[in-house]
Amino acid sequence: MTTDPRTPVLEIENLCISYFTRAGEIPAVIDFNLTIYEGESVGLVGESGCGKSTVAMAIMRYLGSNGGIVGGSIRFKGRDIVGMSDEELRQMRGSEVAMIYQEPMAALNPSLTIGAQLMEVPIVHEGVSEQEAYDRSRRMLGDVKLPDADRVMAAYPHQISGGQQQRVVIAMALLSKPSLLLLDEPTTALDVTVEAGIIDLIAEIAKKSGTAQVFISHNLGLVRETCDRICVMYSGEAVETGTISDVFTKMRHPYTRGLFGAIPLPSANKNDRPLVAIRGQLPLPHQRPRGCNFGPRCDYFQEGVCAPAPVPMRDVPSQADPHQSRCNRFETIDWDAPLSAGKVNEPIEPGEPVLVVDGMRKYYELHDRSIKAMLSGDGVRYVKANETLSFSARKAEIVAIVGESGCGKSTFAKVLMGLETASEGTITFNGDEIESTEVQDRPREQVASLQMVFQNPNDTLNPSMTIGGQISRVIRKFGVEADPDKVHDRVMRLLDMVKLPRDFYHRRPRQLSGGQKQRVGVARAFAGNPAMVIADEPVSALDVSVQAAVTELLMDIQREHGTTLLFISHDLSVVRYLSDRIVVMYLGQIMEQGTTDEIFAPPYHPYTEALLSAVPIADTTVDKRKIVLEGNLPSVVNPPIGCPFHTRCPRKIGAICADKRPPVHTVSGTHRIACHIPLDELKRVEPVFFDVIADTPPTDGAPNRPAQAQ
Amino acid sequence: MLIFLAKRLGYLLFTMVVVSMLVFLVLELDPSNVAQKVLGPYSNDEQRQLWMEANGYLEPLPIRYASWLGNFMIGDFGMSTRFKVPVVDILLPRLGNTGLLALGVLLVMVPLSLLLGVLAGMKEGSVQDRTISVFSIATTSIPEFASGVFLVAIFVLWLKLLPGVSNMIGGFDIAQMVLPVAALVLYGFGYITRMTRASMAEVMQTHYIRTAILKGVPHRQVILKHALRNALIAPFTVIMLQINWLLSGVIVIEYLFAYKGFGSLLLEAALNKDIFVIEACTMVAVLVAVGTQTLADIGYMYLNPRIRFS
Amino acid sequence: MVASAETEEPVAQRQSGLTRVVKAIGLLRESPVGMIGAGIVLAWVIAAILAPVLAPFDPNATIMPFQRPGAVDPASGATFWLGTDKIGRDILSRIIYGGRRVLIYGPIATVAAYAVGIIMGLAAGYFRGWWDAVLSRVSDIVLSFPIFVLYVIVISTFGASGLNIVLAIIFASAPGIMRIVRGLTLDLRNRDYVAASQTRGESALYIMFVEILPNARGPLIVDACLRLGYVTITIGTLGFLGLGLPPPDPDWGGMVNESRALAPAFPHMIVYPCLAISSLVLGLNLLADGLREIAIRD
Repeated sequence: MTTDPRTPVLEIENLCISYFTRAGEIPAVIDFNLTIYEGESVGLVGESGCGKSTVAMAIMRYLGSNGGIVGGSIRFKGRDIVGMSDEELRQMRGSEVAMIYQEPMAALNPSLTIGAQLMEVPIVHEGVSEQEAYDRSRRMLGDVKLPDADRVMAAYPHQISGGQQQRVVIAMALLSKPSLLLLDEPTTALDVTVEAGIIDLIAEIAKKSGTAQVFISHNLGLVRETCDRICVMYSGEAVETGTISDVFTKMRHPYTRGLFGAIPLPSANKNDRPLVAIRGQLPLPHQRPRGCNFGPRCDYFQEGVCAPAPVPMRDVPSQADPHQSRCNRFETIDWDAPLSAGKVNEPIEPGEPVLVVDGMRKYYELHDRSIKAMLSGDGVRYVKANETLSFSARKAEIVAIVGESGCGKSTFAKVLMGLETASEGTITFNGDEIESTEVQDRPREQVASLQMVFQNPNDTLNPSMTIGGQISRVIRKFGVEADPDKVHDRVMRLLDMVKLPRDFYHRRPRQLSGGQKQRVGVARAFAGNPAMVIADEPVSALDVSVQAAVTELLMDIQREHGTTLLFISHDLSVVRYLSDRIVVMYLGQIMEQGTTDEIFAPPYHPYTEALLSAVPIADTTVDKRKIVLEGNLPSVVNPPIGCPFHTRCPRKIGAICADKRPPVHTVSGTHRIACHIPLDELKRVEPVFFDVIADTPPTDGAPNRPAQAQ
Repeated sequence: MLIFLAKRLGYLLFTMVVVSMLVFLVLELDPSNVAQKVLGPYSNDEQRQLWMEANGYLEPLPIRYASWLGNFMIGDFGMSTRFKVPVVDILLPRLGNTGLLALGVLLVMVPLSLLLGVLAGMKEGSVQDRTISVFSIATTSIPEFASGVFLVAIFVLWLKLLPGVSNMIGGFDIAQMVLPVAALVLYGFGYITRMTRASMAEVMQTHYIRTAILKGVPHRQVILKHALRNALIAPFTVIMLQINWLLSGVIVIEYLFAYKGFGSLLLEAALNKDIFVIEACTMVAVLVAVGTQTLADIGYMYLNPRIRFS
Repeated sequence: MVASAETEEPVAQRQSGLTRVVKAIGLLRESPVGMIGAGIVLAWVIAAILAPVLAPFDPNATIMPFQRPGAVDPASGATFWLGTDKIGRDILSRIIYGGRRVLIYGPIATVAAYAVGIIMGLAAGYFRGWWDAVLSRVSDIVLSFPIFVLYVIVISTFGASGLNIVLAIIFASAPGIMRIVRGLTLDLRNRDYVAASQTRGESALYIMFVEILPNARGPLIVDACLRLGYVTITIGTLGFLGLGLPPPDPDWGGMVNESRALAPAFPHMIVYPCLAISSLVLGLNLLADGLREIAIRD
């Protein structure tokens, strides 16, 4: 490495961390090196279990009772953290190195006011007076753009929203003006539009205060937006480090390359440029292979070169900025070769409508038992979980329902599956009206032809039943087969279909990885030859490298069987990649619907526009306008009157938005937008995305700066 | 908040009414049975019939229940057949004695068990934790009567330090209180200790404790300011519910040490079929139990801001 | 391929059942406390089964009163290892047979209380609403009785027989079990696999007993161990209060009660039965603690 004139804030050299369990020593981080200079942001990227959070905790020297640093050194401003006394450590924590956590709600003490938790920082580290601490905390809350700082100071954590909680945590970290900020997946628990605001704030802080940052994330798009350099980790090791542009465009490690092939970039397309999954799965820490950890999953693996000797980190020559890779073959690999095996799918022509939803409403009664409500006589309120939904899905089509938490997508799925009944309107499935028939009262064939894939892999299978037992039960229940031999045979074929080994028949769920469990979930949903499958965020809980495989599997089966897929998701990148049509929901109402191309190009509904802008994109050739929404996601219990989006809408045109339900503009036969703004005006809006090289930024707002409409 | 209080009180009343019905049905469903218990096994049918007539026991069941409940409300529990005095006259001093015993137990048990629980839960899996845990399991495994017997064997028969009977014949004697209190504490403290330990250990695992540590808050302050308050919410409820358990415990311990309290009164009445004393004791016991439960609920709400401000 | 898989199936099933038992024992070995507990409980179970072989005397035979531990019976030459009571029955034999009695009544009462509590808890937790309101109210009311007040009234009114004691224990314990099962059910009913079975139209009974109950077994097994210990204490205490299993068959609590007036002169008459009951309960509690530790780790 070349010498750098700047002073390093943090130097990590040959760091090795192990956890000591009953099974023995388990290495969590092996031979890790990282140097961070003043004002620099480094992204630490990797999938679960790769050791990225362990590195952060080691910088704080907080590894729990069973973890320990077994080799190497961590120097913070030249001081060795490994050898610090408890008191030195305490003085460093929270004052010179501060941390921002993944789940803000859990990170705040539920029984202390926010004021008390903030004031503690200057009191403990600088011994200032209560009054001084209060004033500083109050000012800091203003700096992180929390309105009404006095109210927040007196509030308990549960009284403010998730986005506000995360701002409080950020304020707490900044109070002592740290030189190093550790951010551990700071937005993973937040909704997309709230995330955009937090990311914006973090970027601003970095620019203003010059604090060095370690940004831990599994999301390459976020790292691209927030960091200068990136360090990709895999199974306890750093596999590639370098500047964002080097690693994103001239990657020199097969794993990094695999990651980019597996995430749905805007350039990917399900028909002619499908995702390429990384085969296999992450090795467990005590089952790592000899030599290169990525070897068993790598297409370029060569015995003797990549194994059995451990692979060292090496400089990638002839590049301007330092760039390193832990691959013995990076000189010989043709990095420009296309990643896919050239798989091309024929586009499917959708058939007759399978599902027609017309004016469907679902209201829940909510009984308010406070004195005020009792006196005024409005003890019963209605939660409008779904308000007048109308859309349809045709045979072999993939329709996505997109929205943030509380948008009513899960309620809709429940009504569709017959776990709830609609309050009004109709749902026609294969010619039968099903909106008010509960699942027990539906005919068996109908139940079998409308099935679901669930979100959480750890929850989707009954832990006390074997895989075979669970699938067999479905086959018998739906009357597909009755003869035990035939049932068994069909289970085997379903296992083949989802590409699982047949001997999984006797396994129990806890012996399977997350991706494998989701595959079983897919097999179970398809056991009764369904006409339509609802997939509720089927891959969002999986690791990136596994997501692609499950997504592709689901689409292959769907394509082969001509099944209609209703794909519920909050992730616009995935949705853009796989769906034919998209329905955008906000607080129980449809804001916009249309084909995928129509949704991703103007005219947009202002909410869609904000949502698109909020999606982090891991493609350096694409940039976007930034639109950061003010305010919180309103509660479903008490939604705004008029247009539900008017409280946060940057394009609000006046009182009409708050008073009247918006009219629905019909843009084309398939594209509809519910907005008060005239259609002509919406059509004049610039696209959110533009190519970095080709286009100049649009006049509406420069990139990386929040654009507030007048 | 007011609604909550009204609800809790309404619930307390409801429970008491249901309990009174149950007690009435179990003990007074058959009037001739009552007559037999009051007049004794050697009374004849004619005497019983006369007694039932005189005391309104020939009325239909609902009317009998209503008048019985009415009498209860004004504190008229009837006459004790064994002690030949109004039930109130014997019940009140006995309750006082038991209250004294219970107070002694709580004064020793609560601080002891909270302290041990916090010490154990602070460092889960440490030697300190394991020792306290095993010790509290061991004492909880010894039934009250057995720990009483062991204490008597050691301190009365072997060391000859303390009296083995606590009947207070020569007036109140603090020495006579030691063994009953000790026996009850020995059996009861383990449960609160283990609850406190579990609660403390859970709190120490939470992310907000990690936040506090990584904020650079000194260890002492992490425990006192951040952990204790959250960790003591659960044991508070348990302590209030222990009063319910104490009412069971005193029956055994008062019997063992011949202490003239509420528990020995109930047992004596039960063994001698002293029906009105049984009724009065039961109602009082349930009132105390449900009352403390109500207090526990209210206190829990006060301690937990998440519920207080929802 | 298919045929061979078919024949393998039952074998694999049996293996998994057997290996799971072996694994459970293996896991318990990692908790020394749990192993000690299991050892104590096992010792009492063996003693109860082999009582006729192990007990030196007939537990109800009056032989020689007031013998101290270690005295020898001149008639048979056998030793009264723990002495005799005031009417001359061998205390060791009575303790062994007393163990047999408590190990019959205790598990019966516990299992029966579990059957009732599980059904109530599943119904309340799964159906919620009206079912939950009624069942929870009922159990709240039963639980608001100080437990021994309840036992004293019920048993003194209906008489002290084995059946009544078991019924009283069921009545008093089922609400507590119901609360635990209800809590677990409320949690488990939100799992996706329950939703999956609902969306394929499974009956409520199937969901409760196949999808929910087996996954609640961990905490329930730990609780059952603790509860069995508590039932043992209850049976002993009732005996001590003179409300226990009817004489003359031996009962640990009853033995203490019979001889307590003589304690100053003959402490052995009451100390050994107390040691017996304490050790059995200790064993059960330690076992429960070990099981819980393993359950958390797993």
